[in-house]
Amino acid sequence: MTPIIETKQLTHIYSQGTPFEHAALQGIDLSVAPGEYLAIIGRTGSGKSTLIQHLNGLLRPTSGQVLFDGEDIWSSKERTRQVRFQVGLVFQYPEYQLFEETVYQDIAFGPTNMGLDREEVDRRVRQAARFVGLSDGTLEKSPFDLSGGQKRRVAIAGVIAMEPKVLILDEPTAGLDPAGAAQTLGNIRAYHREKKAAIILVSHSMNEVAREAQRLLVFRKGTIPYSGTPQEVFSHGAELEQMGLGVPEMTQVFARLRAMGYDVPASVYTVEQARDAILLARKGAKA
Amino acid sequence: MNLKDITLGQFFPGNSFLHRLDPRMKLLGLTAYLVALFLAGWFVTYAIMLALLVWGCAVAHIRPKTLLGGLKPVVFLLIFTGILNMFYTPGTPLVSFWIFTITYEGILHAFFMVVRIMMLICATFLLTYTTSPLALTDALESLLSPLKKIRVPVHELAMIMSIALRFIPTLIEETDKIMCAQRARGADFDSGGLIRKAKALIPLLVPLFISALRRAEELATAMECRCYHGGQGRTRMRELRLRPSDWIFLVCMVALAVAIGLLAGRGL
Repeated sequence: MTPIIETKQLTHIYSQGTPFEHAALQGIDLSVAPGEYLAIIGRTGSGKSTLIQHLNGLLRPTSGQVLFDGEDIWSSKERTRQVRFQVGLVFQYPEYQLFEETVYQDIAFGPTNMGLDREEVDRRVRQAARFVGLSDGTLEKSPFDLSGGQKRRVAIAGVIAMEPKVLILDEPTAGLDPAGAAQTLGNIRAYHREKKAAIILVSHSMNEVAREAQRLLVFRKGTIPYSGTPQEVFSHGAELEQMGLGVPEMTQVFARLRAMGYDVPASVYTVEQARDAILLARKGAKA
Repeated sequence: MNLKDITLGQFFPGNSFLHRLDPRMKLLGLTAYLVALFLAGWFVTYAIMLALLVWGCAVAHIRPKTLLGGLKPVVFLLIFTGILNMFYTPGTPLVSFWIFTITYEGILHAFFMVVRIMMLICATFLLTYTTSPLALTDALESLLSPLKKIRVPVHELAMIMSIALRFIPTLIEETDKIMCAQRARGADFDSGGLIRKAKALIPLLVPLFISALRRAEELATAMECRCYHGGQGRTRMRELRLRPSDWIFLVCMVALAVAIGLLAGRGL
Protein backbone atom coordinates (compact mmCIF):
# COMPACT_ATOMS: atom_id res chain seq x y z
CA MET A 1 0.00 0.00 0.00
CA THR A 2 1.36 3.45 -0.87
CA PRO A 3 1.88 5.58 2.21
CA ILE A 4 -0.52 8.54 2.32
CA ILE A 5 2.32 10.80 3.44
CA GLU A 6 6.01 10.19 3.10
CA THR A 7 9.07 12.32 3.73
CA LYS A 8 12.47 11.54 2.24
CA GLN A 9 15.61 12.95 3.85
CA LEU A 10 13.59 16.01 4.88
CA THR A 11 15.85 18.77 6.20
CA HIS A 12 14.87 22.27 7.22
CA ILE A 13 17.28 25.02 8.21
CA TYR A 14 15.93 28.29 9.62
CA SER A 15 17.62 31.64 8.80
CA GLN A 16 20.18 30.00 6.55
CA GLY A 17 23.28 32.13 6.04
CA THR A 18 22.78 34.34 9.11
CA PRO A 19 24.26 34.09 12.62
CA PHE A 20 20.86 32.73 13.74
CA GLU A 21 21.13 29.65 11.46
CA HIS A 22 19.53 26.62 13.04
CA ALA A 23 18.74 23.16 11.69
CA ALA A 24 15.24 22.25 12.87
CA LEU A 25 14.99 18.97 10.94
CA GLN A 26 17.86 16.74 9.90
CA GLY A 27 17.18 14.10 7.26
CA ILE A 28 13.77 12.88 8.45
CA ASP A 29 12.46 9.72 6.79
CA LEU A 30 8.86 9.15 7.69
CA SER A 31 5.96 7.28 6.21
CA VAL A 32 2.35 7.31 7.31
CA ALA A 33 -0.09 4.61 6.16
CA PRO A 34 -3.68 5.55 5.25
CA GLY A 35 -5.92 5.34 8.31
CA GLU A 36 -3.04 5.12 10.77
CA TYR A 37 -3.10 6.86 14.18
CA LEU A 38 0.35 8.26 14.76
CA ALA A 39 1.62 10.38 17.64
CA ILE A 40 4.67 12.60 17.77
CA ILE A 41 6.27 13.41 21.10
CA GLY A 42 9.24 15.58 21.91
CA ARG A 43 10.22 18.60 23.94
CA THR A 44 9.58 22.20 22.90
CA GLY A 45 11.94 23.10 20.05
CA SER A 46 12.64 19.52 19.01
CA GLY A 47 11.27 20.10 15.49
CA LYS A 48 7.75 18.68 15.82
CA SER A 49 5.95 21.84 14.71
CA THR A 50 8.41 22.37 11.85
CA LEU A 51 7.76 18.85 10.60
CA ILE A 52 3.96 19.11 10.57
CA GLN A 53 4.09 22.42 8.70
CA HIS A 54 6.03 20.60 5.97
CA LEU A 55 3.40 17.89 5.67
CA ASN A 56 0.79 20.26 4.20
CA GLY A 57 3.14 22.54 2.33
CA LEU A 58 3.23 25.56 4.64
CA LEU A 59 7.01 25.32 4.85
CA ARG A 60 9.25 24.39 1.97
CA PRO A 61 12.01 21.86 2.71
CA THR A 62 15.58 23.16 2.59
CA SER A 63 16.39 19.76 1.09
CA GLY A 64 14.57 16.46 0.75
CA GLN A 65 11.03 15.68 -0.34
CA VAL A 66 7.50 15.46 0.99
CA LEU A 67 5.22 13.07 -0.91
CA PHE A 68 1.43 12.89 -0.66
CA ASP A 69 -0.06 9.75 -2.19
CA GLY A 70 3.32 9.08 -3.77
CA GLU A 71 3.64 12.45 -5.51
CA ASP A 72 5.78 15.44 -4.51
CA ILE A 73 3.56 18.13 -2.95
CA TRP A 74 5.72 20.89 -4.45
CA SER A 75 5.45 19.63 -8.06
CA SER A 76 3.07 22.52 -8.93
CA LYS A 77 1.39 25.45 -7.21
CA GLU A 78 -2.05 23.93 -7.72
CA ARG A 79 -0.86 20.63 -6.24
CA THR A 80 0.37 22.36 -3.08
CA ARG A 81 -3.00 24.06 -2.64
CA GLN A 82 -4.90 20.80 -3.19
CA VAL A 83 -2.69 19.02 -0.67
CA ARG A 84 -3.57 21.64 1.94
CA PHE A 85 -7.20 20.51 1.70
CA GLN A 86 -6.23 16.83 1.90
CA VAL A 87 -3.90 17.27 4.85
CA GLY A 88 -5.79 19.20 7.54
CA LEU A 89 -3.63 20.95 10.07
CA VAL A 90 -4.97 22.17 13.42
CA PHE A 91 -2.48 24.53 15.00
CA GLN A 92 -1.74 25.06 18.66
CA TYR A 93 -4.41 27.18 20.32
CA PRO A 94 -6.47 27.21 17.09
CA GLU A 95 -9.25 29.25 18.74
CA TYR A 96 -7.25 32.42 17.99
CA GLN A 97 -7.78 32.00 14.24
CA LEU A 98 -11.59 32.38 14.36
CA PHE A 99 -12.78 35.47 12.52
CA GLU A 100 -16.28 35.08 11.05
CA GLU A 101 -19.55 36.51 12.33
CA THR A 102 -21.08 33.13 13.09
CA VAL A 103 -19.73 29.73 14.00
CA TYR A 104 -21.36 28.33 10.86
CA GLN A 105 -19.52 30.75 8.57
CA ASP A 106 -16.23 30.10 10.28
CA ILE A 107 -16.48 26.34 9.88
CA ALA A 108 -17.53 26.90 6.24
CA PHE A 109 -14.39 28.93 5.46
CA GLY A 110 -12.26 25.90 4.50
CA PRO A 111 -14.91 24.03 2.43
CA THR A 112 -15.85 27.29 0.64
CA ASN A 113 -12.18 27.84 -0.29
CA MET A 114 -12.23 24.35 -1.79
CA GLY A 115 -14.83 25.58 -4.27
CA LEU A 116 -17.60 23.21 -3.17
CA ASP A 117 -21.24 24.02 -3.89
CA ARG A 118 -23.58 25.33 -1.20
CA GLU A 119 -25.32 22.08 -0.31
CA GLU A 120 -22.04 20.22 0.03
CA VAL A 121 -20.61 22.98 2.23
CA ASP A 122 -23.76 22.88 4.36
CA ARG A 123 -23.57 19.10 4.72
CA ARG A 124 -19.91 19.26 5.72
CA VAL A 125 -20.38 22.07 8.21
CA ARG A 126 -23.21 20.23 9.98
CA GLN A 127 -21.31 16.97 9.99
CA ALA A 128 -18.13 18.60 11.32
CA ALA A 129 -20.15 20.32 14.04
CA ARG A 130 -21.63 16.95 14.99
CA PHE A 131 -18.16 15.39 15.19
CA VAL A 132 -17.01 17.93 17.76
CA GLY A 133 -20.33 17.98 19.62
CA LEU A 134 -21.61 21.47 18.73
CA SER A 135 -25.39 21.88 18.79
CA ASP A 136 -27.33 23.47 15.89
CA GLY A 137 -28.09 26.45 18.12
CA THR A 138 -24.40 27.16 18.56
CA LEU A 139 -23.89 27.36 14.79
CA GLU A 140 -25.74 30.68 14.62
CA LYS A 141 -23.83 32.27 17.52
CA SER A 142 -20.80 34.50 17.20
CA PRO A 143 -17.62 32.50 17.82
CA PHE A 144 -16.48 35.23 20.19
CA ASP A 145 -19.38 34.60 22.58
CA LEU A 146 -18.30 31.01 23.23
CA SER A 147 -16.20 29.61 26.04
CA GLY A 148 -12.54 28.74 25.41
CA GLY A 149 -13.24 25.01 25.11
CA GLN A 150 -16.10 25.57 22.67
CA LYS A 151 -13.99 27.93 20.56
CA ARG A 152 -11.35 25.23 20.32
CA ARG A 153 -13.98 22.78 19.07
CA VAL A 154 -15.21 25.25 16.45
CA ALA A 155 -11.63 25.66 15.21
CA ILE A 156 -11.13 21.89 14.99
CA ALA A 157 -14.47 21.55 13.17
CA GLY A 158 -13.23 24.17 10.69
CA VAL A 159 -10.46 21.79 9.65
CA ILE A 160 -12.52 18.60 9.86
CA ALA A 161 -15.11 20.19 7.52
CA MET A 162 -12.56 19.96 4.70
CA GLU A 163 -12.71 16.16 5.27
CA PRO A 164 -8.94 15.74 5.04
CA LYS A 165 -7.49 12.27 4.51
CA VAL A 166 -4.83 13.16 7.04
CA LEU A 167 -5.68 15.17 10.14
CA ILE A 168 -2.75 16.69 12.00
CA LEU A 169 -3.29 18.26 15.41
CA ASP A 170 -0.64 20.22 17.31
CA GLU A 171 -1.33 19.82 21.02
CA PRO A 172 -5.11 19.89 20.68
CA THR A 173 -5.65 19.47 24.42
CA ALA A 174 -3.22 22.15 25.67
CA GLY A 175 -4.94 24.40 28.20
CA LEU A 176 -8.17 22.37 28.35
CA ASP A 177 -9.55 20.88 31.58
CA PRO A 178 -9.45 17.06 31.86
CA ALA A 179 -13.09 16.69 30.74
CA GLY A 180 -12.52 18.98 27.75
CA ALA A 181 -9.32 17.17 26.84
CA ALA A 182 -11.02 13.76 27.02
CA GLN A 183 -13.86 15.02 24.85
CA THR A 184 -11.51 16.49 22.24
CA LEU A 185 -9.56 13.23 22.03
CA GLY A 186 -12.87 11.37 21.71
CA ASN A 187 -13.89 13.65 18.78
CA ILE A 188 -10.60 12.92 17.04
CA ARG A 189 -11.04 9.19 17.57
CA ALA A 190 -14.55 9.37 16.09
CA TYR A 191 -13.24 11.17 13.00
CA HIS A 192 -10.44 8.61 12.68
CA ARG A 193 -12.89 5.71 12.86
CA GLU A 194 -15.70 7.02 10.67
CA LYS A 195 -13.65 8.63 7.90
CA LYS A 196 -10.79 6.11 7.96
CA ALA A 197 -8.49 9.13 8.05
CA ALA A 198 -4.89 9.06 9.18
CA ILE A 199 -4.30 11.05 12.37
CA ILE A 200 -1.06 12.66 13.46
CA LEU A 201 -1.24 13.87 17.05
CA VAL A 202 1.51 16.08 18.46
CA SER A 203 1.64 16.04 22.22
CA HIS A 204 3.69 16.47 25.37
CA SER A 205 1.55 14.13 27.37
CA MET A 206 2.85 10.57 27.51
CA ASN A 207 -0.40 9.33 29.03
CA GLU A 208 -2.36 10.82 26.16
CA VAL A 209 -0.27 9.36 23.34
CA ALA A 210 0.01 5.99 25.09
CA ARG A 211 -3.78 5.70 25.17
CA GLU A 212 -4.55 7.06 21.70
CA ALA A 213 -1.89 6.20 19.17
CA GLN A 214 -0.96 3.02 17.33
CA ARG A 215 2.56 4.23 16.63
CA LEU A 216 4.84 6.78 18.30
CA LEU A 217 7.67 8.93 16.97
CA VAL A 218 10.05 10.50 19.46
CA PHE A 219 11.68 13.74 18.36
CA ARG A 220 14.96 15.10 19.62
CA LYS A 221 16.87 18.00 18.06
CA GLY A 222 15.40 17.45 14.59
CA THR A 223 15.95 13.69 14.52
CA ILE A 224 13.82 10.66 15.42
CA PRO A 225 15.83 8.52 17.84
CA TYR A 226 12.94 6.14 18.66
CA SER A 227 9.82 5.05 16.84
CA GLY A 228 7.45 2.12 16.97
CA THR A 229 4.46 0.89 18.96
CA PRO A 230 3.99 2.45 22.40
CA GLN A 231 5.34 -0.76 23.91
CA GLU A 232 8.55 -0.57 21.90
CA VAL A 233 9.07 3.12 22.58
CA PHE A 234 8.38 2.93 26.32
CA SER A 235 10.90 0.12 26.68
CA HIS A 236 13.48 2.93 26.32
CA GLY A 237 12.21 4.38 29.60
CA ALA A 238 15.58 5.45 30.96
CA GLU A 239 16.59 7.20 27.72
CA LEU A 240 13.23 8.98 27.46
CA GLU A 241 13.64 10.12 31.07
CA GLN A 242 17.06 11.50 30.18
CA MET A 243 15.56 13.44 27.25
CA GLY A 244 13.19 15.04 29.74
CA LEU A 245 10.15 13.23 28.36
CA GLY A 246 9.52 10.42 30.81
CA VAL A 247 7.11 7.51 30.37
CA PRO A 248 3.40 7.20 31.21
CA GLU A 249 2.51 7.04 34.91
CA MET A 250 1.45 3.39 34.69
CA THR A 251 4.77 2.40 33.16
CA GLN A 252 6.52 4.14 36.04
CA VAL A 253 4.37 2.32 38.58
CA PHE A 254 5.11 -1.01 36.99
CA ALA A 255 8.83 -0.31 36.80
CA ARG A 256 8.77 0.33 40.57
CA LEU A 257 6.72 -2.84 41.18
CA ARG A 258 9.30 -4.85 39.26
CA ALA A 259 12.09 -3.20 41.22
CA MET A 260 10.30 -4.29 44.42
CA GLY A 261 10.40 -7.87 43.18
CA TYR A 262 6.90 -8.44 41.85
CA ASP A 263 6.52 -10.54 38.73
CA VAL A 264 4.65 -8.08 36.48
CA PRO A 265 5.25 -7.19 32.79
CA ALA A 266 7.33 -4.07 32.03
CA SER A 267 5.38 -2.92 28.95
CA VAL A 268 2.25 -1.59 30.64
CA TYR A 269 1.15 1.94 29.78
CA THR A 270 -2.59 2.35 30.32
CA VAL A 271 -4.82 1.88 33.36
CA GLU A 272 -6.73 -0.94 31.65
CA GLN A 273 -3.55 -2.86 30.91
CA ALA A 274 -2.41 -2.29 34.48
CA ARG A 275 -5.69 -3.72 35.84
CA ASP A 276 -5.37 -6.84 33.71
CA ALA A 277 -1.71 -7.31 34.57
CA ILE A 278 -2.37 -7.01 38.32
CA LEU A 279 -5.34 -9.40 38.19
CA LEU A 280 -3.19 -11.88 36.28
CA ALA A 281 -0.34 -11.52 38.76
CA ARG A 282 -2.74 -12.10 41.72
CA LYS A 283 -4.20 -15.17 40.06
CA GLY A 284 -0.69 -16.45 39.55
CA ALA A 285 0.19 -15.78 43.21
CA LYS A 286 -2.93 -17.64 44.47
CA ALA A 287 -2.35 -20.68 42.34
CA MET B 1 6.91 37.02 1.88
CA ASN B 2 8.73 36.25 5.08
CA LEU B 3 7.79 38.59 7.89
CA LYS B 4 10.68 37.42 10.03
CA ASP B 5 13.15 39.09 7.69
CA ILE B 6 12.05 42.63 8.51
CA THR B 7 14.90 44.53 10.18
CA LEU B 8 13.21 47.64 11.43
CA GLY B 9 15.17 49.16 14.30
CA GLN B 10 16.68 45.79 15.05
CA PHE B 11 19.13 45.56 17.92
CA PHE B 12 22.28 43.43 17.77
CA PRO B 13 23.52 42.80 21.30
CA GLY B 14 27.23 43.33 21.86
CA ASN B 15 29.81 44.83 24.17
CA SER B 16 31.67 47.33 22.01
CA PHE B 17 32.52 50.95 22.80
CA LEU B 18 29.39 52.06 20.96
CA HIS B 19 27.23 49.51 22.78
CA ARG B 20 28.44 50.70 26.18
CA LEU B 21 28.04 54.43 25.55
CA ASP B 22 25.28 56.12 27.50
CA PRO B 23 22.19 56.08 25.25
CA ARG B 24 21.52 59.78 25.91
CA MET B 25 24.97 60.70 24.68
CA LYS B 26 24.49 58.42 21.68
CA LEU B 27 21.28 60.23 20.80
CA LEU B 28 22.86 63.67 21.20
CA GLY B 29 25.99 62.50 19.39
CA LEU B 30 23.86 61.25 16.50
CA THR B 31 22.09 64.61 16.38
CA ALA B 32 25.47 66.37 16.16
CA TYR B 33 26.51 63.94 13.42
CA LEU B 34 23.35 64.62 11.43
CA VAL B 35 23.84 68.39 11.78
CA ALA B 36 27.42 67.97 10.55
CA LEU B 37 26.13 65.89 7.65
CA PHE B 38 23.90 68.73 6.51
CA LEU B 39 26.72 71.25 6.90
CA ALA B 40 29.10 69.13 4.81
CA GLY B 41 29.44 70.53 1.31
CA TRP B 42 32.30 69.07 -0.68
CA PHE B 43 34.55 66.02 -1.03
CA VAL B 44 36.80 66.65 1.99
CA THR B 45 33.99 67.10 4.49
CA TYR B 46 32.02 64.16 3.07
CA ALA B 47 35.13 61.98 3.28
CA ILE B 48 35.53 62.85 6.96
CA MET B 49 31.89 61.99 7.65
CA LEU B 50 32.17 58.70 5.76
CA ALA B 51 35.39 57.78 7.57
CA LEU B 52 33.63 58.32 10.89
CA LEU B 53 30.72 56.10 9.85
CA VAL B 54 33.10 53.34 8.75
CA TRP B 55 34.96 53.66 12.06
CA GLY B 56 31.66 53.32 13.95
CA CYS B 57 30.79 50.21 11.96
CA ALA B 58 34.17 48.63 12.65
CA VAL B 59 34.06 49.42 16.38
CA ALA B 60 30.55 48.01 16.78
CA HIS B 61 31.37 44.86 14.74
CA ILE B 62 28.46 45.53 12.41
CA ARG B 63 29.07 44.22 8.92
CA PRO B 64 28.70 46.96 6.28
CA LYS B 65 26.46 44.54 4.37
CA THR B 66 23.96 44.49 7.23
CA LEU B 67 23.97 48.27 7.39
CA LEU B 68 23.49 48.69 3.65
CA GLY B 69 20.73 46.07 3.73
CA GLY B 70 18.68 48.56 5.74
CA LEU B 71 18.71 50.89 2.73
CA LYS B 72 16.59 48.53 0.62
CA PRO B 73 13.24 50.17 1.44
CA VAL B 74 14.51 53.63 0.39
CA VAL B 75 16.16 52.65 -2.90
CA PHE B 76 13.25 54.21 -4.79
CA LEU B 77 13.52 57.45 -2.82
CA LEU B 78 17.28 57.55 -3.48
CA ILE B 79 16.85 57.10 -7.23
CA PHE B 80 14.06 59.67 -7.30
CA THR B 81 16.12 62.25 -5.39
CA GLY B 82 19.13 61.59 -7.55
CA ILE B 83 17.24 62.07 -10.81
CA LEU B 84 15.43 65.20 -9.63
CA ASN B 85 18.67 66.82 -8.52
CA MET B 86 20.38 65.84 -11.73
CA PHE B 87 17.83 67.61 -13.94
CA TYR B 88 16.87 70.58 -11.84
CA THR B 89 20.25 72.05 -10.89
CA PRO B 90 21.22 75.02 -13.06
CA GLY B 91 24.82 75.24 -14.32
CA THR B 92 27.05 74.16 -17.19
CA PRO B 93 25.01 71.87 -19.45
CA LEU B 94 26.61 68.52 -20.34
CA VAL B 95 23.90 66.65 -22.17
CA SER B 96 20.65 68.08 -23.41
CA PHE B 97 17.66 66.43 -25.06
CA TRP B 98 14.13 67.73 -25.57
CA ILE B 99 13.27 69.71 -22.40
CA PHE B 100 15.79 67.88 -20.20
CA THR B 101 19.25 69.17 -19.48
CA ILE B 102 21.86 67.42 -17.36
CA THR B 103 24.42 69.80 -15.93
CA TYR B 104 27.85 69.17 -14.44
CA GLU B 105 26.66 70.73 -11.18
CA GLY B 106 23.53 68.63 -11.32
CA ILE B 107 25.47 65.37 -11.37
CA LEU B 108 27.64 66.45 -8.44
CA HIS B 109 24.65 67.71 -6.52
CA ALA B 110 22.73 64.51 -7.12
CA PHE B 111 25.73 62.44 -6.02
CA PHE B 112 26.15 64.38 -2.77
CA MET B 113 22.44 64.32 -2.05
CA VAL B 114 22.19 60.55 -2.46
CA VAL B 115 25.32 59.95 -0.40
CA ARG B 116 23.97 62.27 2.29
CA ILE B 117 20.67 60.41 2.59
CA MET B 118 22.45 57.06 2.62
CA MET B 119 24.80 58.15 5.39
CA LEU B 120 21.94 59.68 7.33
CA ILE B 121 20.04 56.40 7.33
CA CYS B 122 23.14 54.31 8.00
CA ALA B 123 24.12 56.46 10.98
CA THR B 124 20.63 56.15 12.44
CA PHE B 125 20.71 52.38 11.94
CA LEU B 126 24.08 52.30 13.68
CA LEU B 127 22.34 53.81 16.71
CA THR B 128 19.43 51.34 16.75
CA TYR B 129 21.74 48.39 16.02
CA THR B 130 23.87 49.17 19.05
CA THR B 131 21.20 50.41 21.47
CA SER B 132 18.41 48.29 22.88
CA PRO B 133 14.94 49.80 22.34
CA LEU B 134 14.48 49.99 26.11
CA ALA B 135 17.69 51.97 26.58
CA LEU B 136 16.59 54.25 23.78
CA THR B 137 13.22 55.06 25.36
CA ASP B 138 14.92 55.55 28.74
CA ALA B 139 17.25 58.02 27.06
CA LEU B 140 14.37 59.87 25.42
CA GLU B 141 12.52 60.07 28.71
CA SER B 142 15.59 61.40 30.47
CA LEU B 143 16.39 63.95 27.75
CA LEU B 144 12.80 65.17 27.55
CA SER B 145 12.26 65.31 31.32
CA PRO B 146 12.60 69.13 31.45
CA LEU B 147 9.30 69.20 29.51
CA LYS B 148 7.58 67.75 32.58
CA LYS B 149 7.67 71.29 33.98
CA ILE B 150 5.19 72.35 31.31
CA ARG B 151 3.06 69.26 32.00
CA VAL B 152 4.05 67.17 29.02
CA PRO B 153 3.45 63.53 30.10
CA VAL B 154 6.99 62.49 29.22
CA HIS B 155 7.01 59.30 31.27
CA GLU B 156 3.71 58.11 29.82
CA LEU B 157 4.88 58.82 26.28
CA ALA B 158 8.09 56.89 26.88
CA MET B 159 6.10 54.01 28.38
CA ILE B 160 3.77 53.92 25.36
CA MET B 161 6.78 53.87 23.08
CA SER B 162 8.56 51.07 24.88
CA ILE B 163 5.39 48.96 25.01
CA ALA B 164 4.85 49.52 21.29
CA LEU B 165 8.44 48.53 20.52
CA ARG B 166 8.19 45.52 22.79
CA PHE B 167 5.13 44.21 20.95
CA ILE B 168 6.34 44.59 17.37
CA PRO B 169 8.12 41.22 17.31
CA THR B 170 5.20 39.58 19.14
CA LEU B 171 2.68 40.87 16.63
CA ILE B 172 4.86 39.85 13.69
CA GLU B 173 5.09 36.35 15.09
CA GLU B 174 1.34 36.30 15.68
CA THR B 175 0.66 37.46 12.11
CA ASP B 176 2.86 34.69 10.80
CA LYS B 177 1.02 32.12 12.88
CA ILE B 178 -2.49 33.23 11.89
CA MET B 179 -1.45 33.42 8.23
CA CYS B 180 -0.24 29.82 8.42
CA ALA B 181 -3.44 28.70 10.11
CA GLN B 182 -5.66 30.34 7.48
CA ARG B 183 -3.47 29.06 4.65
CA ALA B 184 -3.99 25.59 6.07
CA ARG B 185 -7.73 26.21 5.53
CA GLY B 186 -7.09 27.21 1.93
CA ALA B 187 -6.82 30.99 2.29
CA ASP B 188 -4.84 32.56 -0.53
CA PHE B 189 -3.03 35.80 0.34
CA ASP B 190 -0.89 36.15 -2.75
CA SER B 191 -3.02 35.95 -5.89
CA GLY B 192 -5.90 37.92 -7.34
CA GLY B 193 -6.47 41.63 -7.89
CA LEU B 194 -6.33 44.42 -5.36
CA ILE B 195 -9.90 43.96 -4.09
CA ARG B 196 -9.54 40.21 -3.76
CA LYS B 197 -6.26 40.64 -1.93
CA ALA B 198 -7.82 43.16 0.47
CA LYS B 199 -10.74 40.79 1.10
CA ALA B 200 -8.33 37.94 1.73
CA LEU B 201 -6.85 39.95 4.59
CA ILE B 202 -10.03 39.84 6.68
CA PRO B 203 -9.34 36.34 8.05
CA LEU B 204 -5.93 37.64 9.07
CA LEU B 205 -6.82 41.07 10.47
CA VAL B 206 -9.82 40.14 12.59
CA PRO B 207 -7.98 37.56 14.74
CA LEU B 208 -4.93 39.82 14.86
CA PHE B 209 -6.89 42.79 16.21
CA ILE B 210 -8.72 40.63 18.71
CA SER B 211 -5.49 39.19 19.99
CA ALA B 212 -3.83 42.62 20.16
CA LEU B 213 -6.74 43.96 22.24
CA ARG B 214 -6.64 40.89 24.46
CA ARG B 215 -2.91 41.34 24.98
CA ALA B 216 -3.40 45.02 25.82
CA GLU B 217 -6.01 44.16 28.41
CA GLU B 218 -3.85 41.45 29.95
CA LEU B 219 -0.88 43.79 30.07
CA ALA B 220 -2.94 46.53 31.72
CA THR B 221 -4.15 44.07 34.36
CA ALA B 222 -0.61 42.81 34.96
CA MET B 223 0.68 46.38 35.36
CA GLU B 224 -2.10 47.25 37.75
CA CYS B 225 -1.42 44.10 39.77
CA ARG B 226 2.08 45.41 40.29
CA CYS B 227 0.74 48.78 41.42
CA TYR B 228 1.84 50.76 38.38
CA HIS B 229 0.48 54.29 38.62
CA GLY B 230 2.52 56.35 36.22
CA GLY B 231 5.84 58.11 36.55
CA GLN B 232 5.32 59.95 39.85
CA GLY B 233 8.08 58.95 42.26
CA ARG B 234 9.00 55.91 40.22
CA THR B 235 12.58 54.67 40.62
CA ARG B 236 14.38 52.51 38.09
CA MET B 237 16.44 49.37 38.24
CA ARG B 238 19.04 50.67 35.81
CA GLU B 239 19.90 54.30 36.51
CA LEU B 240 21.60 56.04 33.62
CA ARG B 241 24.93 57.44 34.82
CA LEU B 242 27.30 59.47 32.71
CA ARG B 243 30.96 58.47 32.74
CA PRO B 244 33.87 60.60 31.53
CA SER B 245 34.06 58.65 28.26
CA ASP B 246 30.41 59.58 27.52
CA TRP B 247 31.21 63.28 27.93
CA ILE B 248 34.35 62.97 25.80
CA PHE B 249 32.29 61.30 23.05
CA LEU B 250 29.72 64.10 23.05
CA VAL B 251 32.38 66.84 23.06
CA CYS B 252 34.10 65.14 20.13
CA MET B 253 30.85 64.93 18.16
CA VAL B 254 30.00 68.59 18.78
CA ALA B 255 33.56 69.57 17.86
CA LEU B 256 33.13 67.54 14.68
CA ALA B 257 29.98 69.43 13.73
CA VAL B 258 31.71 72.77 14.33
CA ALA B 259 34.80 71.68 12.39
CA ILE B 260 32.76 70.42 9.46
CA GLY B 261 30.85 73.70 9.48
CA LEU B 262 34.09 75.70 9.35
CA LEU B 263 35.61 73.49 6.64
CA ALA B 264 32.46 73.68 4.55
CA GLY B 265 32.57 77.45 4.91
CA ARG B 266 35.94 77.38 3.16
CA GLY B 267 34.41 75.39 0.33
CA LEU B 268 36.03 72.06 1.17
